[in-house]
Amino acid sequence: MGDSGAMKTRPWVLLLAVPPALFLAYFFIYPLITILYTGLVPNGRFATSAFTEVVTDPTMRSVAWFTLWQAFLSTVITVALGLPAAYVFARYRFPGRSLFRALTLIPFVLPTLVVGVAFLAVLGPGSPFGVDLRGTIWAILIAHVFYNLAIVIRGVGVLWEQIDPHIEDAARSLGAGRWRVFREVTLPLLRPAILSSAALVFLFSFTSFGVILVLGDLHHTTLEVEIWRQATAFLRLDLASALAVLQLVGVTVILLMYGRFSRRNAAELPLRPSAEVARRPRTSGERVFIAATLGMLGLIVVTPIVVLIARSMSTPTGPALTHYANLINPPRASAVFVSPLDAIGNSLRFAIPAVIIAAGIGLMAGVVIVSAKGHSGRLFDTVLMLPLGTSAVTIGFGFLVALDQPVDLRASAMLIPIAHALVAIPFVIRSTVPVMESVQLRLREAAAVLGASPRQAWREVDLPLVSRALAVGGLFAFAISIGEFGATSFIARPATTTIPVSIFRLLGRPGTFGEAMAMAVVLMAITGIAAMGIESMRGSRSGGV
Amino acid sequence: MLEVSRLTIRFDGTPALDGAELTVEDRSIHVLMGPSGSGKSTMLRAIAGLENPDSGDIAWNGMSVLSTPVHKRGFGLMFQDYALFPHRDVAGNVAFGLRMQGLNPVAIRERVDEVLDLVGLPGHGDRSVGTLSGGERQRVALARTLAPHPRLVLLDEPLGALDRSLREHLLIEMRAIFNQVEATVLYVTHDREEAFTIADRVAIINGGRIVADDTPEGLWHQPPDGWTARFIGLENLCTASKLRDLGVQPPSVTTATGVIPPEAIAVSPTGSHTAVVAGSHFRGGAYRVELDLGADSALVTWSPIGLEPGTAAHFDIDATRISWFED
Repeated sequence: MGDSGAMKTRPWVLLLAVPPALFLAYFFIYPLITILYTGLVPNGRFATSAFTEVVTDPTMRSVAWFTLWQAFLSTVITVALGLPAAYVFARYRFPGRSLFRALTLIPFVLPTLVVGVAFLAVLGPGSPFGVDLRGTIWAILIAHVFYNLAIVIRGVGVLWEQIDPHIEDAARSLGAGRWRVFREVTLPLLRPAILSSAALVFLFSFTSFGVILVLGDLHHTTLEVEIWRQATAFLRLDLASALAVLQLVGVTVILLMYGRFSRRNAAELPLRPSAEVARRPRTSGERVFIAATLGMLGLIVVTPIVVLIARSMSTPTGPALTHYANLINPPRASAVFVSPLDAIGNSLRFAIPAVIIAAGIGLMAGVVIVSAKGHSGRLFDTVLMLPLGTSAVTIGFGFLVALDQPVDLRASAMLIPIAHALVAIPFVIRSTVPVMESVQLRLREAAAVLGASPRQAWREVDLPLVSRALAVGGLFAFAISIGEFGATSFIARPATTTIPVSIFRLLGRPGTFGEAMAMAVVLMAITGIAAMGIESMRGSRSGGV
Repeated sequence: MLEVSRLTIRFDGTPALDGAELTVEDRSIHVLMGPSGSGKSTMLRAIAGLENPDSGDIAWNGMSVLSTPVHKRGFGLMFQDYALFPHRDVAGNVAFGLRMQGLNPVAIRERVDEVLDLVGLPGHGDRSVGTLSGGERQRVALARTLAPHPRLVLLDEPLGALDRSLREHLLIEMRAIFNQVEATVLYVTHDREEAFTIADRVAIINGGRIVADDTPEGLWHQPPDGWTARFIGLENLCTASKLRDLGVQPPSVTTATGVIPPEAIAVSPTGSHTAVVAGSHFRGGAYRVELDLGADSALVTWSPIGLEPGTAAHFDIDATRISWFED
């Protein structure tokens, strides 16, 4: 049969590549280059002074050291706690399994600032546990574990489900004890998934921003926070640029490692189980292990959410919705600060153009990636994924230093949805491209032999199959836009305050912690609704391919 | 009537079809059979319009269809993997071609019910295609192909994905359906039994050329060359020297092989040749007997009585019924 020869790159595909390419070039590549330029040519002349200062300054060095150190510890603890959970979900069936599994995903979709506020409610001043861990590494580590646990559970669990238990049975029958089997058979088979999940956890902890800003202090801070501080508090754009460049180098190294690990992850396993491997627990030891693991998960995942909601509704005079009422009618109204209610309106208003831009650019890019096979398609795909690896603060900072020329866009409110779209485009691409690729050529051919013209075939076959995936991508873009904080914190003006920025402002003012928690609950609820929409759209795929 | 003449298609310089010629008569079932890589699927796709020929012509009733795009040829193609639309139910799949023809909803519903009845799936219209069994998918794909009354039905290994017992059952059913709707059919397969069961004529393709085109009986009794004889699985292929040992003289010095039809071998106590009985199995009605000639060669024949393996058997060969080939 061979190649059908029907999938040649057509001219209109190249036309479709133009808007995404221009968008990315102007709002991503150009700002990155400007950051590099600002770092290397601080005052119109080439100078490495900013880089020298960053590398030699003891404060900067300790920030860099702490960034690496906390990311490493966060990764180790997350993997250590994630492995037993992945095992339990992969190998056992028990009542509430899918509920628990969905539960572990909640933290991952929560905006970072909500996570920060939730742990401030649990471990900060006024904690129900009577501790105050704010400004310690413990609060940061626990929040990072909460946030990233789902990565390990999903990433490793998927592979674990595919390992035939007979391999382990064979090792046991050859005389290996349980622990030997785990060390010499299971662990080596899981290695690629563990390493690639660990690389992702490390990346997210390395570029952590919202969590550190809320829970850390001057000594417990990351490069990401330091870039923001240097740029916005001290107006040292040269130092911030040098830091951003260094962080970008680190991110690139982590991403390259992730790429290597996940390619190995894709390697075929020698044996695949023919049937579902998950079974009911048999011994009491198994039941205790499952109960302990689920208890641990419940404690880590549920506690912060419950405490956040509870404390947002607690007042000195008992449970009441005072804090929520204060969001609508702020008691200490100020001319400078936008009321929380207006911030909610702003966020929803920005989300609409963000979704439209992300969906439009993402769909065009997706069509190009699917149609232009070979190197050019892959290259396009990789370049469009870059904003995902780049930290949000770098994107916001880039806007700040670059977008005053040729047209000064920095005062434009459109910059906020554009930044959100930039972060969301990779999600739109990732949710639509696999579906577009799976719309096999065969289905289009089948439509053609049944009398459908190419345009009819696209409308009748591609569009219905892709539209659901596009809706999922759009909801992702919505959730991202509503919760985005890192980039927005650079470009939001008082009049364009969004929900996360408003939470941060409320945290910074004395006496409004309750309102901050109430606002975090509002944000959590909006995100939760979007996440439920995503899950239900994914779940109810008709036809079952 | 479909006429394919001197059809050539190259993929990256390598010819998949190399001057293939084929004529399919109206209301006949024509099977195109060949080993994998012989170009049979490419030929089918080219006729459907999914591949562009480098040279040659495809004509329907004397008119070339090469410049007609796929969706206007009016040829139905059923894919080996069925290519059912996952986002439409059974009725939605079957109705697709009718909607493309612009039929009104009432006419579409009538035709869908009619075709689903025809393939034995009445009342299955609102089933999701994801819930169908392999055999049901095959029937839906067939119904979808037949619904718009295509002037030519092209089938690409339509039973390839099914298990054996289901295949035999569906094959007979399909033949009945095609006869009932008087379809003109070109059917691609690599399976000889399938081909011989359903075909009015069988074309054999090898290396991108049609090397034989005959009725199943004609092909079986008079294959054009040794390759075809071997490919369709004829028994008792013997080298010329072996036949000389048996006292049969090849017609010319260039003759390399001869095929002795099993019924040209008569086992009797007075036979002039002797061989050891290697096996004797009752196959209903008669015994299939294998005669060991030594040096790794054997002959197969039929005997009304069973023979004891290991004993000697005597037989005669009717040399006039041997087919001779130069390859």
